[in-house]
Amino acid sequence: MSRLVPTPSTGVIPERDLGKTPVLEVVRLGIDFGGLTAVDDFTITVGPTEICGLIGPNGAGKTTVFNLLTNVYQPTRGTILLNGVPTQGKSVHEVNKMGIARTFQNVRLFKEMSVEDNVLIGLHNSMNYNIFESFCKMPRYIREEKRSHEKAMELLSIFNMEHLAEDRAGSLPYGVQRRLEILRALATDPSIILLDEPAAGMNPNETEALMQNIQKIRDTFRIAVMLIEHDMNLVMGICEGIAVLNYGRIIAKGTPDEIKSNPQVIEAYLGNRRNEGA
Amino acid sequence: MSTFSLIIKQIINGLQLGSIFALVAVGYSMVYGIIRLLNFAHCDIIMVGAYIAWFFMTNFANMPIIAVVASILGCTLLGVTIEKVAYKPLRSSPRISLLITAIGISYLLENTAQLVLGAAAKKVPGFFTAETIRIGQVTVSTASLVTIAVLAVSMVLLTLLVQKTKLGRAMRAVSEDAETAQLMGTNINGTISFTFAVGSALAGIGSVLYCCAYPQVSPTMGSMLGLKAFVAAVLGGIGSIPGAMIGGFMIGLTEVFVSAIGLSTWKDAVVFLILIIILLVKPSGILGKTVSEKV
Repeated sequence: MSRLVPTPSTGVIPERDLGKTPVLEVVRLGIDFGGLTAVDDFTITVGPTEICGLIGPNGAGKTTVFNLLTNVYQPTRGTILLNGVPTQGKSVHEVNKMGIARTFQNVRLFKEMSVEDNVLIGLHNSMNYNIFESFCKMPRYIREEKRSHEKAMELLSIFNMEHLAEDRAGSLPYGVQRRLEILRALATDPSIILLDEPAAGMNPNETEALMQNIQKIRDTFRIAVMLIEHDMNLVMGICEGIAVLNYGRIIAKGTPDEIKSNPQVIEAYLGNRRNEGA
Repeated sequence: MSTFSLIIKQIINGLQLGSIFALVAVGYSMVYGIIRLLNFAHCDIIMVGAYIAWFFMTNFANMPIIAVVASILGCTLLGVTIEKVAYKPLRSSPRISLLITAIGISYLLENTAQLVLGAAAKKVPGFFTAETIRIGQVTVSTASLVTIAVLAVSMVLLTLLVQKTKLGRAMRAVSEDAETAQLMGTNINGTISFTFAVGSALAGIGSVLYCCAYPQVSPTMGSMLGLKAFVAAVLGGIGSIPGAMIGGFMIGLTEVFVSAIGLSTWKDAVVFLILIIILLVKPSGILGKTVSEKV
């Protein structure tokens, strides 16, 4: 198991990522909705090749954190540094270009579009030609579209989905849709990918395959992965660092072993021991 | 003239009128598809385009190409400007505000045109030196053939644009789920502006073709044309580009044949009767999909 070491900004990252700029550095992030504080004092550091987990009971604010990291919500307090650059004031698509991509708890593919088109949307920003070139069938248009097609096929081959390229995304089985969503996010060339409950609705065999795939993606693309998940086998099996969120605050951070034996975490998940006996 | 050639002639007339409706309807449909707005200012963009065509045809009659290019560029610029100035600030407002703004812009354009250019209709010089072409026994106007050909080319290009280019893909993605498209790195403001530009450019083409068919311009000329194109878009299924084309042809042919059997005073009534029937029987239109609203 990898060892976590402290970094300057009170976070912990895997030892091998030490000395490199953390892909994500979040300091005292918070957001209020009206009078309600949904997330507060959220501080975390993610190394460039780390797989980290964000866990916590339902309603703890995990998905809100993802929305904050992608700038869908503007934080009330705190700073987010993506590859060392603050994301404040950037629009959602600019933050994506800076290197963050995500999947969704309830799959949000472009259902009416083909599988390949879904991946090509992710590749949009890497395609370099303008509208006049496409009308005149200029060489650059043809070249760029061809390159993107090849790239899309290469991405689809990760999950052996090349033969589905022409199918309508909405017609795919649920598990395949989830995989396509991961590929679409990868197509945007992120340095960190956020997975929102990737194992939801999967059986133990599928979850096992998903764990291997997540590690394969991290190793192939050399990117960081942050995942929200309720399946403890998956979280404890692949995450190097875990943060536990409850009522919008981080109650524990550490390696899987540390989290498993943390009394506060046990209390958040299982309730107070004294009350149990009563 | 035999009955056969008469029917052929009427079909060609219907297709000509239908092509103009189709070009305008596609603009309605594209804008509706991307921001769910019935852009009532669209018909007045055509009016402005027609005035630009009139201005250049009156002053540079021997070079119709200038009028064509100026109309298309003028309409494109106007459409994008309207989107930036009037619709973009209301992106997160309720949809009804957007709709009312569109009606406001429509009145603004109509009344400005009346103020500046007067309420009286102006005559547009003819675009073609040869007025008619004879094919076998049938004599057809040059304008009809050009109109139908231009529509065909525009639709092929538009389909390629939407299906085969990155901007087209972005348009489809934004129209399906703008927030997700944004999270995947699509610039939605740029995509929406581009959609307005394409829709307005088609309106510019439509305005020139309209001037070929009915060579006069007036400040309120857009409203009836716009309404009928809107009916065509609803008939074909609003939001669907091929639907708008089919709807346009159907409305054009209906109007021409209603007139041909001697009921020309009823032609507008018949078009709106079609709208009522469609809304009662199949509100999603011929090619439209029934979608449940997200609440």
